[in-house]
Amino acid sequence: MAGSDLHVGVLALQGAFESHLKIFKTMGIKALPVRSTQDLDRIDKIVIPGGESTAIQMLLESNSLRQPLRERLSNGMPVFGTCAGMIVLSKVILDGRDDQSPLNAIDIVVRRNAFGRQIDSFESSIDVKGLSEPFPAIFIRAPIVESVGDNVDVYAKVDDQIVLCGNASTLVASFHPELSSDTRIHEMFLSLGK
Amino acid sequence: MENDETTSRTTGTVRVKRGLAEMLKGGVIMDVVTPDQAKIAEDAGAVAVMALERVPADIRADGGIARMSDPEMVEGIKSVVTIPVMAKARIGHFVEAQILESLGVDYVDESEVLTPADEKHHIDKWSFTVPFVCGATNLGEALRRISEGACMIRSKGEAGTGNVIQAVRHLRTILGDIKKIGQADSAELYEWAKQLQAPIQLVEEVAETGSLPVPMFCAGGIATPADAALVMQLGAEAVFVGSGIFKSENPEPRAKAIVEATTNYNNPEILAKVSRGLGGPMTGIGMDEININFEERGW
Repeated sequence: MAGSDLHVGVLALQGAFESHLKIFKTMGIKALPVRSTQDLDRIDKIVIPGGESTAIQMLLESNSLRQPLRERLSNGMPVFGTCAGMIVLSKVILDGRDDQSPLNAIDIVVRRNAFGRQIDSFESSIDVKGLSEPFPAIFIRAPIVESVGDNVDVYAKVDDQIVLCGNASTLVASFHPELSSDTRIHEMFLSLGK
Repeated sequence: MENDETTSRTTGTVRVKRGLAEMLKGGVIMDVVTPDQAKIAEDAGAVAVMALERVPADIRADGGIARMSDPEMVEGIKSVVTIPVMAKARIGHFVEAQILESLGVDYVDESEVLTPADEKHHIDKWSFTVPFVCGATNLGEALRRISEGACMIRSKGEAGTGNVIQAVRHLRTILGDIKKIGQADSAELYEWAKQLQAPIQLVEEVAETGSLPVPMFCAGGIATPADAALVMQLGAEAVFVGSGIFKSENPEPRAKAIVEATTNYNNPEILAKVSRGLGGPMTGIGMDEININFEERGW
C-alpha cells in the first residue's frame, strides 16, 4: 500500500476533525477527511479525532467503516487517537455505554470522563517522554488510561494517571494536541511505522 | 480561571471552553424534557442533549413565562447519559446560570426560547467556568455575544416551528457578512464595526480569518434529515434539533436519521436512504401564523 499517492486520513464522521486537518496543513502534510471505505483506500495512516465516542462508534457502523477500519488497523496501519479517538481504539472502556464496543487496536483500559465534567476540564503543561520541553495539553471531559498491556509504552502522566501512550503502530492521547499550535505530538504520530 | 497548586491545572480557559464546542462539531444536539428522551437521543447518536422543561413548540402553544428547568430534572437527565448535558437560562438571568453551573451542566444556553429576564443586558459570561452558547440572527449579534464571553454561537432560526426558513436566513446573513468583511479594507472595517455594533477587534479578527472566532452551529426549525443537511451545506458546523424529533410521529428513527444526515450532508444517496419511512415530521407552522418571534429577543 506504500506510495506517494497515499495520504494521512482523518476520520471525519463527527468531532474535531477540521482541527487535525488544519494542523497537518501547517506541517505541510497532505491530509484528507475519511467518511467512506473509498476514502479509506486512499490513506496509509489515520487519525481518530476527539468528539463524542458514542456518536463516532455509531457512525462507524452506519457508514460501513467499522470492519474495514479494523482490518486495516490489524494489518498495522499507523493510527493516532485523541480523546474520543483513544476510547474508540482501546481494548476495554469503563464508564461507557453498555453497548460501546471498542476497536481493540491497543491493549489499554480507558475510563471515560475520568477528570469530571466540563467545569473540571483544564489546561496543563505536561512532560512527555522524548520531548525536551513540556507540552501544552488541553483536557476536555477527558478519559484516562487506567492500565496498559505489556507491549504498550507510556509517554506522559498527569498525577500518576496515564494520558499519552502507544505501541508500534498506535499513539493515543487523553488530551487534544490538535487544539494547540504545537505540532510535536503529531510528529510523533507521523514517525510511527518507520 | 482557578489555579490548583498541587496539579497545576487551569480550568475555564477560553481554549477549554471553546474546545468542547470543537468536539461537538458535525454532530446533533437534541432537546429533551425527560431522562427517557435523553436516553433515546444518546442511543440515536446525539453528541449532547439540551435539558429543558418544555420543547419550544409547547412553549409557543402554552404561552406564559418559560424559565430554567427544575434542577431535579436536569440531574435526572445527567444521571442517565454519558454525553454532555446542556441547559437553558433566560437572557440576562445570571442566577439561573449560576445554578446550572453548580449542577455541573456542561454548557449553558442563554436562550431566547425562554422568556428574557433583562431587557438590556445579557449575562457576563466571562465570569463563569462553565461555557455558554448564545443565539444570533446576524453577525453583529454574534460578535456582541462573543465579546460577552460566549464560546459557541448558534444561528437562532425560529424555534418550535418546524420551519427551516429563518434558520436559513440567519445562517446566510451571518456567513454572507463574514464574506463581505473579508473583502473590506482596514478603513472600511471601522464602518463595519459601527454598523454591526460590535467591537472592532472582533471585526478585524473575522476579516483576517474568514470565520467566527468560535464554532457556529445552527438551530431553530430543523425537522428532517434534509433540513439538517441543508444547513450543514450552507456552512453550519453542527445542528441543534428541538421540537423536530420528539414532536414527530416516530422519534427514534428520525433522531438517528438526522444524525446520519448531519455527517453525510454532502452525499445525496445516503440522504435519500436515511430519509425513507420515518413517519410524519412535526406538523410545523408558517411564519405568518405565529404570534411570538423568539428570534427578536436578544440585544
